[in-house]
Amino acid sequence: MDFPVLSVIVFTPIVAGLLILLFPAERKNEVRVTALAAAAFALILSVWVYFSYDLAAGGYQFVENYNWLPALGISYIVGVDGMNAPLVLLTGVVMLTGVLISWGIDDRPREFFAFLFILASGVFGVFVAQDLFMLFFFYEIAVFPMYLLISIWGWVKTREYAAMKLTLYLFIGSVISLVGALAMYFNSGLNTFNMLELARVGFSKDFQVFWFPFVFFGFAILGGIFPFHNWSPDGHVAAPTAVSMFHAGVLMKLGAFAALRVGIMLLPEGAQTWKWLIMGLATVNVVYGAFIAMVQTDFKYVIGFSSVSHMGLVMLGFSTLTRDGLLGAGIQMFSHGVMTALFFAVVGMVYDRAHTREINELGGFSKKMPWVAVAFIIGGLVSMGMPGLSGFVAEFPIFMGVWQVQPIVAIIAAISIVITASYIIKIIGKVFFGPLSDEFEHHIGDVTALDKVALVTLCVILITLGVYPMVMSPLVASGVQSILSLFGGA
Amino acid sequence: MDVQNFEPSMILAILPEILLLVLAGFVLACDALWPEERKRNLGWLTAGGLALILVVSLLVAVPSLQSRLVFGGMVQQDWLGFAFKLLFIFGAAITAMFAMDHAELGERGEFYVLMLVSVIGMSLMASAGDIVMLYLAVETTSIPLYILAGFMRKDVKSTESGFKYLLFGALTSTVMLYGFSLLFGLTGSTSLYGIEALLAKTGLLPVTMLVGSLMLILVGFSFKVSAVPFHFWAPDVYEGAPTPVAGFLSTASKAAGFAVLLRVLFVVFTPYALDYWPAVLAALAVVTMTLGNLVALTQKNIKRLLAYSSIAHAGYILIGFVSWSILGMTSVVFYLIAYLMTNLAAFGVVTAVSRVTGKDEIASYAGLSRRSPTLALVIMVAFLSLAGMPPLGGFIAKIFVFAAAVQAGYIWLAFIGVINSIFGLYYYLTVLKVVYLYRSEDDNQPLPVSRPYAIALGILSFGIILIGTLFAPWYTWATAAVTSLF
Repeated sequence: MDFPVLSVIVFTPIVAGLLILLFPAERKNEVRVTALAAAAFALILSVWVYFSYDLAAGGYQFVENYNWLPALGISYIVGVDGMNAPLVLLTGVVMLTGVLISWGIDDRPREFFAFLFILASGVFGVFVAQDLFMLFFFYEIAVFPMYLLISIWGWVKTREYAAMKLTLYLFIGSVISLVGALAMYFNSGLNTFNMLELARVGFSKDFQVFWFPFVFFGFAILGGIFPFHNWSPDGHVAAPTAVSMFHAGVLMKLGAFAALRVGIMLLPEGAQTWKWLIMGLATVNVVYGAFIAMVQTDFKYVIGFSSVSHMGLVMLGFSTLTRDGLLGAGIQMFSHGVMTALFFAVVGMVYDRAHTREINELGGFSKKMPWVAVAFIIGGLVSMGMPGLSGFVAEFPIFMGVWQVQPIVAIIAAISIVITASYIIKIIGKVFFGPLSDEFEHHIGDVTALDKVALVTLCVILITLGVYPMVMSPLVASGVQSILSLFGGA
Repeated sequence: MDVQNFEPSMILAILPEILLLVLAGFVLACDALWPEERKRNLGWLTAGGLALILVVSLLVAVPSLQSRLVFGGMVQQDWLGFAFKLLFIFGAAITAMFAMDHAELGERGEFYVLMLVSVIGMSLMASAGDIVMLYLAVETTSIPLYILAGFMRKDVKSTESGFKYLLFGALTSTVMLYGFSLLFGLTGSTSLYGIEALLAKTGLLPVTMLVGSLMLILVGFSFKVSAVPFHFWAPDVYEGAPTPVAGFLSTASKAAGFAVLLRVLFVVFTPYALDYWPAVLAALAVVTMTLGNLVALTQKNIKRLLAYSSIAHAGYILIGFVSWSILGMTSVVFYLIAYLMTNLAAFGVVTAVSRVTGKDEIASYAGLSRRSPTLALVIMVAFLSLAGMPPLGGFIAKIFVFAAAVQAGYIWLAFIGVINSIFGLYYYLTVLKVVYLYRSEDDNQPLPVSRPYAIALGILSFGIILIGTLFAPWYTWATAAVTSLF
């Protein structure tokens, strides 16, 4: 038996979280160090999995399969392929940087890290799950700690409202998908929740067309699809920094990924029928999200809506059902995850020192925290899709895919790039350059060394992927290949 | 009872009941003999004795897969009855531990004795094979519970609660008895299995009368499981009754009601089942869960909140009945196991908190996570399990129930169920918000948790997580329990 590396990745955070809960409440530093060690361990293993995935062999690797409830065909099956390997890596990265950035949390850090790690385990679990039941099991685990994390450690003004809104939205989505999943299970007659087997069933066309919207949109709510995106900016803004990073960086991918794996991969004919609707809504996401981001005056809301816009590109990539579109969507999930984690880290660092996020009140921060300014500029360029950075590697194939299917949509969606550029440049100009007010001149200092480590890590990843896309493209392409084979090898 | 047909192995069918009676007598004797200051130990004695009975029953009295009627058809020896007996005994043991440090229950021997007697009644309910036996068992269960609900004589709310419970209980049990008498009049038999054989043989019986008599019987059990529209007693009784008793009422007593419902519906009325029952039960399920959840949204008192939530859960469980399949029934039993653990844990925390604070308002839970992080964690586990979140028992139970509905083609019912669980999530989270987020002036005063609570809550939390993660053995047992019906 090989080393069960994926299970170790999935359970490291939750075990560490429970261990942390056993510490006495006042041993805050021990709690932080344990959290950091666990996050680093999970990241090292995810990096190892990512780089030792055998491209030549393809398919699912590192598979573990245990019976969970044989009577109903529920199993614990994990495995990675080209689609989810980058996402496992992404979760590891965001988890580690999130811990680094949350070092300063002083109100009950024990509970904070414990809940954050339960969340992380849920996320890892969904990404590697090959069993539909298991996927739901971990999906829900990833949802509920969010409520406590936002409502306890969030921004005082909106946290109660935002936390409840977010949790209810996501829960509604997941239970609606659940009914669809159960319908698939019983309709298949195979008595198994194994997704590989369910994908081979070939449900009748009527069945697929009827259930696809439930399953896809149920999950896509977490992916922030219009008109169900409403929870997301509120949630991002109210959440504490590390949770916003996790949330926008990883959780929204969870929704998109589950919509792909359960919706599109298990009900491909349903996807063919409904793809125009998805494409239309995703286009609204992309353009409308960017417009709304442009008119926000709160720094964090800008980033929140930019996430809505960028996640729209992922959905747009899905809706093309073409090789290029899916490839771009796969890379975009990773690239946007890292980029948005970087953005929220920056916002958190600025807010912690300035105690305001109003763009008009800020200014000149590049003098006080140059590292942060550089990091934000890099993230901003990624967000505009500048060549040489990861955003270009991701967005270019998406637009190519859309162009093949529906050129007009590609043109409309491309407007968002201009709008994105406008709000990013506005923020860079106002917040990081411009005059530094006297109030800030004396009261704020530079960020800590740990913060810098986190920023540098995220930036290096964005640049590496942009300069050398081959570290990810072939991998994702192999994952896309297996999706396309479900559509008759198109 | 036919003396010639007696064989010693029949004793095993009622071994738990016999041991319970012995324990009750022993507790009564100790109550008389022990000095005042040792009376609290009666709780340990009861809990320990019940644990022992649990172990002995598991070692000796496990029924074979072949069910049989014993004692002249009074008792059906099968897995269904056995599984539920274990559940009741477990619930009572935990309740005894919760009661120990309750100021007005803990040192009163009669409390433990009455509880044990009602457990005997529940055990017989779960395995009764004859409607006379069934009715006697129902009354043996109920009468001690009426007294327990009104146990705090000097407390107006408690006496009100006891009296209300008595009035509702007496009324519904009369209606049920009337249903039984009609059934006897129609078939000339009091044996559930005799009636089944008769019904299966002849199609001549007037269906209206049969359906009517079952409706009347259903009233009695709807009261027991607090299904709408026979739920009105639940919030008032839970609020007034001593908290450990309320916990016991909402779990073991409710499970007993469902155990009988399983047997009566499936054994007696199967031939007529598919024409009428799913519709009636589906209506009952929808109304029960929706009303329970909606009214729970506005509650200010945690015991009333839990009362409405327990009404809602009765609705979810009824979904399992509607689907009328092995999966459906298995999900009912599984749900009851998970629900018993979860709701006991919730009431346990309420007892432990109100023992110190003297309050049951949800607002008085502010700052609990600072005063006692452990209790806060337990209430979180319990409430999230009630809300149906993994990796806790309630999640798996809900999925099974909804799966049963989808399997039987009741997709609309599954959707109503999931929408209801969203309402549920809202009010459970509201309480957790108070526990974790809000502060109170007493933030800095630790809230002590005495040993019996610590042990009982530890067992329950462990159980909730165990059911939610390693659910295969529980599922197998639940299946074994229900296949004995088919």
